[in-house]
Amino acid sequence: MDSSSAVLFTLVAVFSLLDGSAGEIPPKPAGGVTIVPPVQPDGGPQAYPEAGKSNLPVFTMDYLRIQIPFEITLWVLLASFAKIGFNVYHKITVWVPETCLLISIGLIVGGIMHSVHEEPPAVLSSNVFFLYMLPPIVLDSGYFLPTRPFFENVGTVLWFAVVGTLWNSIGIGMSLFAICQIEAFGLQDLNLQENLLFATIISAVDPVAVLSVFEDVSVNEQLYIVVFGECLFNDAVTVVLYNMFSFVADMPVVEPVDVFLGVARFFVVGLGGMGFGILFGFVAAFTTRFTSKVREIEPLFIFMYSYLAYLVAELFAISSIMAIVTCALTMKYYVEENVSQRSCTTIRHVVKMLGSMSETLIFFFLGVVTITTDHEWNWAYILFTLLFAFVWRGLGVLVLTQIINPFRTIPFNMKDQFGLAYGGLRGAISFALAFTLPDTIGRKPLFVTATIVIILFTVFVQGISIRPLIEFINVRRTNRNLDTINVEIHCRLMEHTIAGIEDLCGQWSHFYWKDKFMKFNNRILRRILIRDSRAESSIVALYKKLELQNAMEILDTVSGDISAAPSIVSLNEEKKTSAKPKRKFLAADLRNMHNILSKNMYKIRQRTVAFTGKHSLPNDTHSREILIRRHASIRRSLRPGSFQTSVVPKSHKYFSLPAGKSLDSNFLPPEQLSHLDAQETMSEVAFPSRRSRFGKPTRSSSKAMMPLRRLDTLKEAPSVDALDKDRPEDGRTRPGMSRINSSYSDSRVPASRRHFSSSSENDNGSADNFRNVHHETEEEEQPQLSSPPPGWAAEPSDSSTQNPLLRRPQWNPKKM
Amino acid sequence: MGSRASTLLREEEIEEIKKETGFSHSQITRLYSRFTSLDKGENGTLSREDFQRIPELAINPLGDRIINAFFPEGEDQVNFRGFMRTLAHFRPIEDNEKNKNATTSEPLNSRTNKLLFAFRLYDLDRDDKISRDELLQVLRMMVGVNISDEQLGSIADRTIQEADTNGDNSISFNEFIKVLEKVDVEQKMSIRFLH
Repeated sequence: MDSSSAVLFTLVAVFSLLDGSAGEIPPKPAGGVTIVPPVQPDGGPQAYPEAGKSNLPVFTMDYLRIQIPFEITLWVLLASFAKIGFNVYHKITVWVPETCLLISIGLIVGGIMHSVHEEPPAVLSSNVFFLYMLPPIVLDSGYFLPTRPFFENVGTVLWFAVVGTLWNSIGIGMSLFAICQIEAFGLQDLNLQENLLFATIISAVDPVAVLSVFEDVSVNEQLYIVVFGECLFNDAVTVVLYNMFSFVADMPVVEPVDVFLGVARFFVVGLGGMGFGILFGFVAAFTTRFTSKVREIEPLFIFMYSYLAYLVAELFAISSIMAIVTCALTMKYYVEENVSQRSCTTIRHVVKMLGSMSETLIFFFLGVVTITTDHEWNWAYILFTLLFAFVWRGLGVLVLTQIINPFRTIPFNMKDQFGLAYGGLRGAISFALAFTLPDTIGRKPLFVTATIVIILFTVFVQGISIRPLIEFINVRRTNRNLDTINVEIHCRLMEHTIAGIEDLCGQWSHFYWKDKFMKFNNRILRRILIRDSRAESSIVALYKKLELQNAMEILDTVSGDISAAPSIVSLNEEKKTSAKPKRKFLAADLRNMHNILSKNMYKIRQRTVAFTGKHSLPNDTHSREILIRRHASIRRSLRPGSFQTSVVPKSHKYFSLPAGKSLDSNFLPPEQLSHLDAQETMSEVAFPSRRSRFGKPTRSSSKAMMPLRRLDTLKEAPSVDALDKDRPEDGRTRPGMSRINSSYSDSRVPASRRHFSSSSENDNGSADNFRNVHHETEEEEQPQLSSPPPGWAAEPSDSSTQNPLLRRPQWNPKKM
Repeated sequence: MGSRASTLLREEEIEEIKKETGFSHSQITRLYSRFTSLDKGENGTLSREDFQRIPELAINPLGDRIINAFFPEGEDQVNFRGFMRTLAHFRPIEDNEKNKNATTSEPLNSRTNKLLFAFRLYDLDRDDKISRDELLQVLRMMVGVNISDEQLGSIADRTIQEADTNGDNSISFNEFIKVLEKVDVEQKMSIRFLH
């Protein structure tokens, strides 16, 4: 800490000196895209000495030339050093949010500068802030917005953002106006419009500080996402109100038409922002489809397009923040599939870095400027502002929550509401808006002062105290630390259950629109926007279609006596395996286990069509696998012979087709083709379209098309040999199989679809994956079967069949 | 369909179901129409095929088990009462309910009952223990083919090891509850039923 503060001071001293020598930095010109505008100092590079001097200068210095970039760099470095400094002592950042620390350092630096009578760099002109410093922050927030919780709570978020901000602005504005009427405070020259304008400025909440606290404390996801979303999206309202009120503040009279226009403007601003964002997002995604040859500049597109969205929105004076956030949201999904792994990482890192840097700078400057501006202090106004801000926010949260709670699956309880209300910190945007108030407003310094006071108060007092308070009142937390494998597994089980029950009830609540969107997405959008580097052969497509058809038909034609009672573990078999010594699990093992589970457990169902794309095949596999397993279980339970013992039907519930049994041994001629369309979308679940995105390691493996292999009879674990009472059942398989063979021989996809043959017929080629599915399920099931599924012939132990299961990274659905 | 459904469901029945499960009138009616739409045989009960006809359940890894949970031990048909009774487990827990039925038996959607539902998804033989094999079965259902049996076996072993306190190499219901004590089960196992 000492060394870094020493460095800090040195830098500051150097900087002040230089500054003193060079004078104030001119503000950056507006509208320039580049950060560093060209500087033409009056001197130019030090020329050769004028005529008359004869000595060559050995050492020259030209500060003016590099002044601007140099100072920018120094400021950035200074702020970054400050950041390093706090993190040296970890405990500090735990209790004091980083923003507080940054502001404090800024205050110190400001104090120093003030004492040497320096002016801070005029970076707080409207243009610099809004065009250069704000976009990276917002891009950062938008890019890393957790989409799933966001969309689940989008109604609440928008409700709080829009209505909440309106409530706050108008409430605070009115109350302050009422206060201004009191003569004792000397504020009568503030009219209603100005008060409303000021109220708008200070009701813009800023997420930075509070989110880091929430993250550290791991508050429940709902609270987190609502606070986050509210901060992002209240910009639309703020911008509209701000523009409206500043426009109106100049006017002597406000007419109802203006109010109506204001409302209309709000919609234009909000929806226009979103529209631009989506447009640019799609264009960006489309562009990245073609960038496979120019990987090095792929990240550039992301930044350029987002920035462009921002600027275009600014051009039309619509909500640029919403534009850039929506652009990032839209873009992210498609771009991350198109770009290379490295570009993806680069993008994330750079977004984070830029956002972090901007944020640091802003708060730093806040501290500096606090000291160096002219303040106008009015006790009454400022104190009442504080009071009203607090009161109205609390009231607003209370009232709004009451209204919206019935619509939420997980209503906000009082503690959540407290967190929501208390977490309304003001920050950078309020600051910028205050600074860029038009000078026509008479009491601008008062407003600036009041804004700064509010910001400082909320950031310091609320920011520091929110953590202990949240912990004290014990806000519902998310359980982020899955220390135990148990929790991970059981939670996934519960999620699947819920998904299943929801499907069963035929209600999808808010998933309904999501599914509709996902369908649209996959049918149209992905085709256009995602590079399809692997064409799916028509054979495979046809095969899949047939497969699915069968599967669906089996479901439909299942009839008769399915006493598919739950699978029961045969207790006899279980005892054999019970005598295992307890194993020790290392921490590394645990981590591996968590990894395996998180990568491999099926995600909750998404009812979407997996379209052609490099992830389509893997996506299908899981749904197929599950389908096949279920069919097999139904299959087996249909067989009358399987009911020989009471135990047997239960154990047969899962999972493998016996040798010779085909998937559709009960297959009736395809009558229900009509089902196919509706159900194709259902069953061809893009199960983990998410998974395939996250499971980046599997990307390359998914490209490997597994060669078709012949399906020999099912390999069986040796222990089944002893059980031969079901051999007679073998005969039953033939008719089924032959029927199938005949029905399929014409529409047969070459070398694709075959059925299990009994031991005699080994002519069928099929993907061994299918076999492996059965293979592994069968292995797992082995210990539990008291009588095996009929017709399983023991295959000579074939190592080649063993290995694929263990070796193969992806299951290829081209089976049978 | 709607009018027919409501005439088939008498008011007294609705009241009884309401008392037993805690659903509201409109929720019950809505679920009844869902019940009848699933009931292709129109005999007032659902069989397993009726459930299996729901395509999404076919793709749910635990589809079979979920279906099975609806059917009481050994039976193949479930009537509307039973249907609602099972669904009642997923009703969200409201704060004001905690005091209401304090004297009567625990409501169906209590935390313990939710956990029991989940427990029974594993424990098919109803011996109140999740054995290693039962665990393996469910794991295998939830996991893809990429995991070898040995890996899955280790995971299962580790799971049991973490949870098992009395050394019988299986997870009892109490151990199950203990292991999930930090998890917000009330939220995870709740569905917002539409009105």
